[in-house]
Amino acid sequence: MSNLVEGATGRWEVVIGLEVHAQVISQSKLFSGAATAFGAAANSQVSLVDAGMPGMLPVINEVAVEQAVRSGLGLNAKINTYSVFDRKNYFYADLPQGYQISQYLQPIVGEGVITVDLEDGSSRDIGVERLHLEQDAGKSIHDRHPTKTHVDLNRSGVALMEIVSKPDMRSAEEAGAYVRKVRAILRYLGTCDGNMEEGSMRADVNVSVRHPGDELGTRAEIKNVNSIRFMQQAIHYETSRQIDILEDGGSIDQETRLFDSQTGTTRPMRSKEEAHDYRYFPDPDLLPLEFSDEFVDGIRATLPELPDAKKKRYMAELGLSEHDAQVLVSERDIAVFFEEVATGREAKVAANWVQGDFFALLGKAELEVADSPISAAQLGGLIDLITDGTISGKIAKDVLETMFESGQDASVIVEEKGLKQVSDTGAIEGEIDKVIAANADKVAEFRGGKDKVLGWFVGQIMQATKGKANPQMVNQLLREKLKP
Amino acid sequence: MSVDKATVARIAHLARIGVGEDELEPLAAELSGILNWIEQLNEVDTETVPPMASVHDEALRWRADVINDGGKQADVVANAPDGDNDGDGAFFTVPKVIE
Repeated sequence: MSNLVEGATGRWEVVIGLEVHAQVISQSKLFSGAATAFGAAANSQVSLVDAGMPGMLPVINEVAVEQAVRSGLGLNAKINTYSVFDRKNYFYADLPQGYQISQYLQPIVGEGVITVDLEDGSSRDIGVERLHLEQDAGKSIHDRHPTKTHVDLNRSGVALMEIVSKPDMRSAEEAGAYVRKVRAILRYLGTCDGNMEEGSMRADVNVSVRHPGDELGTRAEIKNVNSIRFMQQAIHYETSRQIDILEDGGSIDQETRLFDSQTGTTRPMRSKEEAHDYRYFPDPDLLPLEFSDEFVDGIRATLPELPDAKKKRYMAELGLSEHDAQVLVSERDIAVFFEEVATGREAKVAANWVQGDFFALLGKAELEVADSPISAAQLGGLIDLITDGTISGKIAKDVLETMFESGQDASVIVEEKGLKQVSDTGAIEGEIDKVIAANADKVAEFRGGKDKVLGWFVGQIMQATKGKANPQMVNQLLREKLKP
Repeated sequence: MSVDKATVARIAHLARIGVGEDELEPLAAELSGILNWIEQLNEVDTETVPPMASVHDEALRWRADVINDGGKQADVVANAPDGDNDGDGAFFTVPKVIE
């Protein structure tokens, strides 16, 4: 599949690199003991370190270090047992220290690679340049007052991992697949909740264009994009903007741009004279971050099964198709749910129910697996009722809907509504006899060779038994009784 | 190494320090002097010496991930010249900064 974009002067290639900022899951901040929970009262989770008070000293959170190492291992990346914290200097109202503590030349995690899965079923490897630890800034709120900006420092000092990709992506689709995969890996690892609405994951998008085979073009950086859809819109807009400029004989400015989700466009964020010069230097308040190989091995030993390995296992051991396996491992919550349903049951049947009717109901209700009104054990219970012949697969679909609405167990619903499949030969025979007696003409048609009439008979009997007759038995008994 | 007037103006701007036009020339001379003095250090061959991260011979201290700070809104905004405690929380306020 070609990702090239047709222009007036030939075909263009889009080159995309991403910086994903992922908030580390930890109780307290990177360098202070203040809480990190989302949604607290303004400035209630701020220590004097986070407020940038003079003389306050940062002390590193061991869990933040572990989480960064864990994430690095999940990204198949090199872990640097010696790394350095630097100050990135700039002035902004929500940055009380006047600098962000970050890592510049010596990050905690070096090069890695992840495999992203594309819609056409193919996959591609995307390089990771580095992952480093840094502090988040506070939050500026612009809509509380006509002439003032309000500043809340609760987020100030929260640990972030900045994950920088190589400029390896060539389309908005690949960029979206990359963010989805990074998010899935971090969620499997439990190092970031990946919640883009709450801002715990955001991306800066670097976009440039070139004719295939040329040197890399000048890039524009689109800051702080907070959903995959917006990111893809921004890439599409930026691609055509840059191609238009270049084809008109202009040149691209290396600049920072903002994405406006209202208009779907990007615009320059700062004028050139304000161009940032961060004057990085090692933070004199912090010694280098050092740990042993044993520390890394200890974390490696506790890594969960990650999506790629899980997908292979689903295909090899459970016999699922690549598509089914891909869908089921795409989010940790889905995989956990599926595995519970599949335990002690036929994996393919479990897979069909989870991503068939169950997903359809979730989708209709706009719910995530984690918010499902029925548990994996309950869905398993429903499958058991089909397996042991208590209800038919068709009835089960209705039962699932009722379960979804009421949260009741399948067995309770089947009992209360009297949905048990009728497998009693006598009862079914009775119904068959009635239908045969009332429809002598159809019986004659069947005996005359019109096999299709059998379906009509089955329908009549299912209707008479409100769908509860065991379909295999109905078929078998009908054939016997209709024999001339 | 010498620093010119434009560089001084730029550094002053980045550090948000107001420096008058008449101060630029003398500051440039002063900073150039300091840099030249420091440049003497380059005469020492440090090829085989690892960079020194700190004068202390100790390792970075790590902290357990426990919440033992925060909950001091009043202290945090005590020095805010135009704080706003409107019931939803205590905020700092600054003249509107929006791109």
